[in-house]
Amino acid sequence: MKALLIRDLRLALRAGGGFGLGLAFFLLVAVLVPLGVGPEGGMLGRIAPGILWVGALLACLLSLDRIFALDYEDGSLDLLVVAPIPLEAVVAVKALAHWLVTGLPLTLVAPVLGILLNLPAGGYGWLVMSLALGTPALSVIGAFGAALVVGVKRGGLLLSLLVLPLYVPTLIFGAEAVKRGAAGLEAGGALALMASVTAAAVAVLPFAAAAALRVNLR
Amino acid sequence: MSIWEYANPKRFMQTSAWALPWVVGLTVLCLVVGLVWGFFFTPDDFRQGSTVKIIYLHVPSAMMAINAWVMMLVTSLIWIVRRHHVSALAAKAAAPVGLTFTLIALVTGALWGQPMWGTWWAWDPRLTSFLILTLFYLGYIALWAAIEDPDTAADLTSILCLVGSVFALLSRYAVNFWNQGLHQGASLSLDKEENVSDVFWLPLLVCIAGFVLLFITLVLMRTRTEIRARRLAALLARERVG
Repeated sequence: MKALLIRDLRLALRAGGGFGLGLAFFLLVAVLVPLGVGPEGGMLGRIAPGILWVGALLACLLSLDRIFALDYEDGSLDLLVVAPIPLEAVVAVKALAHWLVTGLPLTLVAPVLGILLNLPAGGYGWLVMSLALGTPALSVIGAFGAALVVGVKRGGLLLSLLVLPLYVPTLIFGAEAVKRGAAGLEAGGALALMASVTAAAVAVLPFAAAAALRVNLR
Repeated sequence: MSIWEYANPKRFMQTSAWALPWVVGLTVLCLVVGLVWGFFFTPDDFRQGSTVKIIYLHVPSAMMAINAWVMMLVTSLIWIVRRHHVSALAAKAAAPVGLTFTLIALVTGALWGQPMWGTWWAWDPRLTSFLILTLFYLGYIALWAAIEDPDTAADLTSILCLVGSVFALLSRYAVNFWNQGLHQGASLSLDKEENVSDVFWLPLLVCIAGFVLLFITLVLMRTRTEIRARRLAALLARERVG
């Protein structure tokens, strides 16, 4: 399993694996939104939590179809199925690798983009915390979606149609936590609800994704 | 004699062929009686005027939009557990019908909301969760359409339906988080206090029965079509081989 994780990380980091693409997209969103809505600080600060969360979500979406598609095409997914580790663990490791190269960097740069968007001072802690707790759910849900469409050629658009509705609870709770934190209100409740969504997704979805993979490789 | 005998496609075709005219007749009866009674023989509401009458389309279609998803969930479970093809095809047949009911509920709600709330759309929890339900239906239908092998498609859409149900419920409660919203509470419930008055209530019940029957009619018809399409594909495949 460790070998698989290291392999996936290497593949993502080298040879145009799409690492950094998500980050660049996230940065672009944060730059384009003030250009679009105008530089007025108060309004930017109000919409910053939502923009940052939606940006992170879309940036995550960009690299989802790479989770299984490349391995499916070159046949290594067939080998992983017969490997001596359960397929559920393969899914979990691949989701973890996806999170390490997208979710984690997004979480780390988010405060910088918060400055660009004039996020109120109280929001930074909540922003980092909510992204750190929420992006694993984005990766796991994405892995489930990617497993569903792995057999479909050019499934990228279909993948986003399937995955985006599943992102709704995480997005609402996550953005709400940051918004409340930025407004100086108590935000722990929203954060706890989002973390529980993440925990449930991480616990259950690898099984659903593995079932979908088995169907696709039948 | 167990209920699973009806999962045999041949048996299903026989039974549904016998039942379909009756169901169609009842549907037409209920819808005509309910809608005519509701539209022409109930008084206008003293505050809402005649816009109140949109309730006869809005409430039943909204109920059926949710019930159709529940039916898809049940038939998907049956497909996963017992591998009856009719069950998977019924789920496939129900999805566009459910989507249509969802859209009817959204559109009639907007038509009513414009004069009453002064807006076509508000990010109210109920409205938002219906919009999300629309997206779930779209994704489900798109996944069916994208996969060629019918058994693979049935398996994958069933898994999506199970996971989607959980997330749809979660979203329903997540949007509650914002605020209470504009939408009024339940018009029909066992709690007598908040119900609409009896004048509106009886035609509404007939309309709901009509929409339930309409759903059954459409799903039966579409399932029969799917079974015939499947048989046709099998015949064509045999011809190509032979």
